[in-house]
Amino acid sequence: MLWQNLFSEKNSLKNFEVIELINKFKIFLFVFLFLIILITFGGLLNLIFNNSIALIAYILIVSIIIVIIKKKKTNLFHVITENTFIILTSLSSLVVISFVIYILTYIFIIGSQHITWEFLTSNPTEGLTSGGIFPAIVGTAFLVIIMSIAGIPVGTITAVYITEYAKENSLFSKIVRFSVNSLAGVPPIVFGLFGLGFFIGIVGKQIDNREIISKYNNINTMFLQSDSPFYKDNQANPREVISFFKSLKNDYSFETIEALEGLVLKGEYKNYNLEFYIEYLKERERPKWGQPALIWAALTMALFTLPLVIISVEEAIKAIPPELKEASYSLGATKLQTIIKVVLPGAVNGILTGGILAVSRGAGEVAPILFTGVAMYLPDLPDSLSSQFMELGYHIYVLATQSINVELTKPIQYATTFVLLVLTFTLNFTAIFIRSKTRNKFNRES
Amino acid sequence: MKEIKIRIESLSVSYGTKPAIKNISLNIARNQVTALIGPSGCGKTTFLKTINRLNDFNDKIRISGKVYIDDLDIYSKNVNITELRKKTGMIFQKSNPFPKSIFDNVAYGPRVNGVTNREELYDIVKSCLMKAALWEEVENNLYDSALKLSGGQQQRVCIARALAVNPEILLMDEPASALDPLSTARIEELIMELKKNYTIVIVTHNMQQAARVSDMTAYLYMGELIEFDKTRKIFTNPSKKQTEDYITGRYG
Repeated sequence: MLWQNLFSEKNSLKNFEVIELINKFKIFLFVFLFLIILITFGGLLNLIFNNSIALIAYILIVSIIIVIIKKKKTNLFHVITENTFIILTSLSSLVVISFVIYILTYIFIIGSQHITWEFLTSNPTEGLTSGGIFPAIVGTAFLVIIMSIAGIPVGTITAVYITEYAKENSLFSKIVRFSVNSLAGVPPIVFGLFGLGFFIGIVGKQIDNREIISKYNNINTMFLQSDSPFYKDNQANPREVISFFKSLKNDYSFETIEALEGLVLKGEYKNYNLEFYIEYLKERERPKWGQPALIWAALTMALFTLPLVIISVEEAIKAIPPELKEASYSLGATKLQTIIKVVLPGAVNGILTGGILAVSRGAGEVAPILFTGVAMYLPDLPDSLSSQFMELGYHIYVLATQSINVELTKPIQYATTFVLLVLTFTLNFTAIFIRSKTRNKFNRES
Repeated sequence: MKEIKIRIESLSVSYGTKPAIKNISLNIARNQVTALIGPSGCGKTTFLKTINRLNDFNDKIRISGKVYIDDLDIYSKNVNITELRKKTGMIFQKSNPFPKSIFDNVAYGPRVNGVTNREELYDIVKSCLMKAALWEEVENNLYDSALKLSGGQQQRVCIARALAVNPEILLMDEPASALDPLSTARIEELIMELKKNYTIVIVTHNMQQAARVSDMTAYLYMGELIEFDKTRKIFTNPSKKQTEDYITGRYG
C-alpha cells in the first residue's frame, strides 16, 4: 500500500488516503517513541540494578504508573502480565530492527569513507592490501549478465508451460512444481558442487575432447595435403616441419603447436597416426572448458536463481485476467499467438521482476561459483566465456580470510561490502517498485 | 420464420458431475437478436461459450448434443476451431480491451489471421470503429492506450475488435451490465444497427434491455430452457407461469 501510494504517479493521493497514511505514521511514531522510552528507562534502571532485577522493576514501575493514571477499575495483576507481554514482544522486534540498523549504518558509514572513483576503477595491488576492486565489479557484472541470458528465458518458458499448457493437477505439472520448490530449497553450496561435477566434469570435458579430436583431425588432413612437409613418404626436414607448425599459430593454441614441435624434435613425427596424436596431446593440452570458467559459474548461478524467475513469472501470468485470453481466442488466435501477443506482454513486469531478483540474488551469492569459476586475483578482465573472473562476494571472503595482512585490508573489505550492498539493495528495490506497478496494470479506469 | 443460423439439438453441458445445461434445443434465426434471460448461474454464459467453443479450455467440461452453424456440426472432429471462432465474435461482460492502443486492439484479430499490410489494417480498423459508432470519438487518439477510454467506449472498442474478423454471429455476454444508462443506450442502439448484418445472441439480466433490443427471447432456469418465443409474446403473454414470475420480478 505504502509503496503504491508513494510511487505511482497516476494515483495521486486522495484525501482519505492522506489521512490513512498519517494514521499509519502515527502508529509507527507512537511505537517508535514507546520503544525509545522503554529503552532509556530500562537502560537507566540497568545501571542501578542488574538485568533481571531491572526488567522486573521496570515492569512494576510502568504497571503502577498505568494503574495510577487510569484509576478506573484496573487490576494490577492484569496490568503487570499485560505489560510483561508487551515488553517481551517489543524487545524481540527491537532485536530485528536494531540488527538491520546496526549492520547497515555501520557498513555504510565505514564503507562509504573508502569509496573513491579510484577505488572503483583500479585493480587490486600489493597482494590485495590496497588498490581497487574494478575486476571484481566487472566480473560480477559479466556473471549476472550471462546468468540472466541463460536463466530468464528458461524460467519464463517453464512458467508459461506450467500455467498455460500443463493440465492443472496432472502428475507431470505436480512433478514440475515439486522440482521448482525443491530447487529453491537446495543449499547454494550443493549447486556449486553440482556445477563442478556436471558442467566442468562432464560437459566441459566433453567439449575439450571433441575440440582436441577435431583439431587433430584437421592436422591429419593437412599432413596428407600435397604442400605439407609430410607428404613425401614422411621424409620431411624437421626444420620445414617446425616452420609449418608455426604457420598454424593463428588457428591453434600455443600449447598445441609447442607440443607438435616437441614431437618433431624427438623425431617421432613420422608415426603420425591420429590416435597417437590425440592421446599425446590430450595429456598436454591445457583444458579450456573442462576447468572453472565464467560460463559454468553463470550457468550454475542461473540454475540456482531459476526458481525466483519461474515463481515471479508464474504469478504475473496468473494475474492476467482470463477474459483477455478468451478475447484473444474468440478472435481466432491460436494458443501460441495468444501466448506471444497477450500472455507474455502481460507478464513482462513479472519477467523483469524475476530477472532483477535473480540478478540481485546471484550478485550476492558466493557458494555456487566457488568451484565453478571465481578466482582470488586476476589482473586481467575475463576476455572469453572460458576465462575465470573475480567477484565481489568472493572478493570479500578472500580479503577477510586469505589475505597476507587481514588488518590492512579492513577498509577495502568495508568498502567492497558497501558496494555489494548498494548493488543488491538497488536491484531489490527496483524489483519491488516494478512489482507494485504490475498490480495496477490491469486496473481499468471507469 | 426467418432462415436458421444456429441450430442447437438436445445440448447438455456439465462441469465434472455438475450439470450446467440440460438438454436444450432451439433455433436461432439469421439477422435477429436473440436474448437469453434467466437468473445467475442458469447456464447462459456456458451456453454462449458452447457456441464458439471457448469452453474447450476447461478440462472438466462434458458436452453432448449437437450445435450446427449453417448446417455445420461445430463439434465434429474436422472443424477448424480458429475459423469457427472467427465466425462467432464475442463481447464479454466486463469490457476487456488488451492493454494496447485502440488501433492495436481492433487490429488484433486481422493480425493474428495474417493481415500485415498497414493500410489494409487501417482501413479495417476505421470501418470497424465506424460500425461500432466510436470512430469520431477516437479518430485523433487511435494510438493511445485503450485502457484510457471510458467504460462504454472500452466496450465499443471490444465490439469493433470483434467485428474486425468479419464474424457472422455476435455473442454478447451482458455487454452493458457494467455501464451507466447513457453508455448502455448507445450500446443498445448499436445492437439494433448491427442486427442488419449479424446474427446476435445476447445474454442479459436487464428485462427492459431484452424487451427493447431482441426479437426472440429464451428464458433459462437451472440449465433448462423454460420458454422460447417471440420477445413480444414472452413479455406480454408468456405461456409458462415460471417465465411470468421471473419477468415480473417475483422470482425467488
